Amino acid sequence: MENFNLVLPEIFISLSIMFLLVLGVFKNDSSKTIFNISLLVLLITAIITINETFSVNRVTLFNSSIVIDHMSSLMKIITLIGAFLVLVISSAYLKSFKIFKIEYPILILSSVLGMMVMISSNDLMVFYMGLELQSLALYVLATFNRDQLKSSEAGLKYFVLSALSSGLLLYGCSLIYGFSGSTNFNVISSQLNSNEYVLTFGIVFILVGLAFKISAVPFHMWAPDVYEGSPTSVTLFFTMVPKIAALTVFIRFLYVPFLNLIDQWQMIIIFLSIASMLFGAIAAIGQTNLKRLIAYSSIGHIGYTLAGLATGSNEGIQSSIIYISIYVIMNLALFSCLLMLKRNNQYYEDIDDLSGLSKNHPLLSLSLLVILFSLAGIPPLAGFFAKFYIFKAVIEQSMYFLAIVGLLSTVIAAFYYLRIIKIIYFDKEKEKYDEDHSLWLKFSLTFSTILILLYFIFPSQLIDVVSRINII
Amino acid sequence: MNFPILSSLILLPTIGALFLFFTKDKDGNNLTAKYVSLFTSVVNFLISIYLWVSFDQSTSNFQFIEERTWIEGFINYKVGVDGISILFIILTTFITPLCIVSVNNSIKTRLRDFLIAILIMESFMIGVFCALDLVVFYLFFEAGLIPMFLIIGIWGGPKRVYSAFKFFLYTLLGSVLMLVAIISIYWISGTTDVIKLYELGIDAKYQNLLWLAFFSSFAVKTPMWPVHTWLPDAHVEAPTAGSVLLAAILLKMAGYGFIRFSLGLFPIASEIFTPLIYALSVIAIILTSLIALMQEDMKKLIAYSSVAHMGFVTLGIFTIQQQGIEGSIIQMISHGLVSAALFLCVGVVYDRMHSRMISTYGGIVSIIPKYSILFMLFTLAALGLPGTSGFIGEFLILMGVFKDNFLVAVLASLGVILGAAYMLWLYKRVVFGKLVNVELKSMIDLNKSEYFILACLAVPTLFFGFYPDPLINTIEVSVKDLISMYDLNVMVK
Repeated sequence: MENFNLVLPEIFISLSIMFLLVLGVFKNDSSKTIFNISLLVLLITAIITINETFSVNRVTLFNSSIVIDHMSSLMKIITLIGAFLVLVISSAYLKSFKIFKIEYPILILSSVLGMMVMISSNDLMVFYMGLELQSLALYVLATFNRDQLKSSEAGLKYFVLSALSSGLLLYGCSLIYGFSGSTNFNVISSQLNSNEYVLTFGIVFILVGLAFKISAVPFHMWAPDVYEGSPTSVTLFFTMVPKIAALTVFIRFLYVPFLNLIDQWQMIIIFLSIASMLFGAIAAIGQTNLKRLIAYSSIGHIGYTLAGLATGSNEGIQSSIIYISIYVIMNLALFSCLLMLKRNNQYYEDIDDLSGLSKNHPLLSLSLLVILFSLAGIPPLAGFFAKFYIFKAVIEQSMYFLAIVGLLSTVIAAFYYLRIIKIIYFDKEKEKYDEDHSLWLKFSLTFSTILILLYFIFPSQLIDVVSRINII
Repeated sequence: MNFPILSSLILLPTIGALFLFFTKDKDGNNLTAKYVSLFTSVVNFLISIYLWVSFDQSTSNFQFIEERTWIEGFINYKVGVDGISILFIILTTFITPLCIVSVNNSIKTRLRDFLIAILIMESFMIGVFCALDLVVFYLFFEAGLIPMFLIIGIWGGPKRVYSAFKFFLYTLLGSVLMLVAIISIYWISGTTDVIKLYELGIDAKYQNLLWLAFFSSFAVKTPMWPVHTWLPDAHVEAPTAGSVLLAAILLKMAGYGFIRFSLGLFPIASEIFTPLIYALSVIAIILTSLIALMQEDMKKLIAYSSVAHMGFVTLGIFTIQQQGIEGSIIQMISHGLVSAALFLCVGVVYDRMHSRMISTYGGIVSIIPKYSILFMLFTLAALGLPGTSGFIGEFLILMGVFKDNFLVAVLASLGVILGAAYMLWLYKRVVFGKLVNVELKSMIDLNKSEYFILACLAVPTLFFGFYPDPLINTIEVSVKDLISMYDLNVMVK
């Protein structure tokens, strides 16, 4: 008899989704109720996850197709909390576009369920199932503002390209299955001890698929358009939550079945990392739309996370996880600011709209200042420590080239972050924005800004949690 | 361990800034903000004086050490001072209150925010000078970019955006390689604790690359030729108080870094690269002095003179002679006082006439005599007249260089002559001559606060010029031990 307690979070969240769907069908005007219940569901799931799995060292379930270990429980918790915060700060935005509908929270819940399955997967089939569940929910979310041309375009683009990458991924899976005779990660790992070309092909196809999901260069083309076109609250979701899941799968895929083939994939990851860091930094310079800029900056940040993965050491994995956690917080803070740029029920998302913000909104600009310097990786803010751990792991493996390219691209990236700060602080002011933001929005901005600002006082806490993760 | 005096020095300005943050920002004359910040910085100055008084000059060991685990098993928050760093801390705490007094006249908008930036800057600068862990040092060293960027960018002159960006990106680019080096040191030696690294030493085969990585950061910050171009821009556009902080303290971080890290951690590499430093320093001294001669803008002229003076400093440091290094430290302190005063002098006339062009002025000696006298004093100190602190520094440095390399010493001495030329010519064109511009007649002489600031700077300039013993006594033992440690390392190799 399997221990069902360990998958209780997944079971709970799927039952809740079904319940909410039924509720939505039978009750009129239920969007507000369903919204609140979904928030509650996410919280409860997070609590169950902490209770049931947080202290579990490593257990596999269902013919070892599901694995529960420190990494999966930590990543699930981050995913759930991230989804909770996204949902909670997006209600005002959705209302102002009149898209405050029952589908929105339910779709978010389903994609979260898909991500949780991905995070725990120890089998190619389970992994693919989770991936598709989350992707399908995300396609719909991208088009959620369906009266807007751009939103529909974003959804369609995302769907077509993502389906293509899923196809590649699946093809890679089938090659690997054909070669090793199993879809289970551990079995694959024990079967592999040769350097067959076919196998390399399989790995490459899967890596392409995964790189697409986390939008690493050169598979990033969809990101700017989709980020710009989707409703802002969905963009926030895109930049935070799916990346956590995809990164976990990335880690597990590289380090469980294919650790022995590190020579084959290490160069690919290094290339992806360098290309993403440089391209993200350079391409962001010319942007005028904040959401597009964030898309490019997120490409750059993914590059740093991949640099940690390329090391082939536990240190590197841990540093990547620390990086993505801090990045999620910074993104949350940045988007909270973006959602505050509202005047007469219209949201502003061009960089020029920030012009002279510091005159009328000193606190908002101060938070932006902290967030942007942190994203640029300037000490003593949290973003610096994130990069610091990555480079510490990279240099431990004597990968100096990667470290130096990475640091040089932080200098390039600093330029466009400084440009935003310049516009906020040095330029002429514009009209005032509204100040009647929801309590949650204010809370999430204050909370995340303080975390970023004061992270340096207690840097050990996060490391303590992450350092329990032991994949190799 | 008793009272954590160094941490309170670092923290106090930040606490003051935090307090200011919660006060209301008023336009115009915000007295609360001024008094709070002035009070904080003066208290900080008094604490640092207490630190100097209770400092034991007979040992080169680090004193007032505080150590706390910061990141488990990796970085410790560790601060402490020795004879080399203590003077820079006092310089910082001495200059900051003067900057705060000087904002009276020059900063018209968002005074509260400006004072917050200055106070936070002070925290970071003190942190740089007492950090005893490489990562902690880097943290403070880089963090200072944020307030300085804002000071130049928000309160600066017409081309402020360009200058702020140039300042920020130049220094950041220089520093990232240092970060790589620091992490590499951690993996090579297993610690980033400076005291432990002094004892352990770093394997000779890594030293060259590490030295170059640190050099790239310090050279930009010093600034050395040919990466000095950010400095004139930053100085010209920064508000007076910003220029003062930049010239008096920020530039000293790099000189301090050269002594503490380049010499202390990488002696073998320092020996190898000494000719490089000599060459760059001599070029800096002569070239930038010539450039300074041609300047039309007073601030730019003084900025270029800073580059030349810092050329002397780097020259002195790498003589690895007792006199040379002591001279460099005294030169840095003296330059901190004198360049601060000169920028304030420019600020005084700028506030009245809103022009920094030399051609605007001329013949103002009869209109504002008090100003002319003090300006003269600092001009003479800048060119190193005996009896001013500038002389002691330059003289000791040249003595050190003569022992080491005759040719370099001769070339550097040429720089002294050029220095006298551009400073005196500047003074002549601004203060003496015929009064052509009639608008100058309405100029008012120094007001009380300006007079007070310049007098505060004049006193130590003259005092240490006649009686440098307090400075030399403080640094002597530390420098001596640094040199003997250096020689030992080089000999072993």
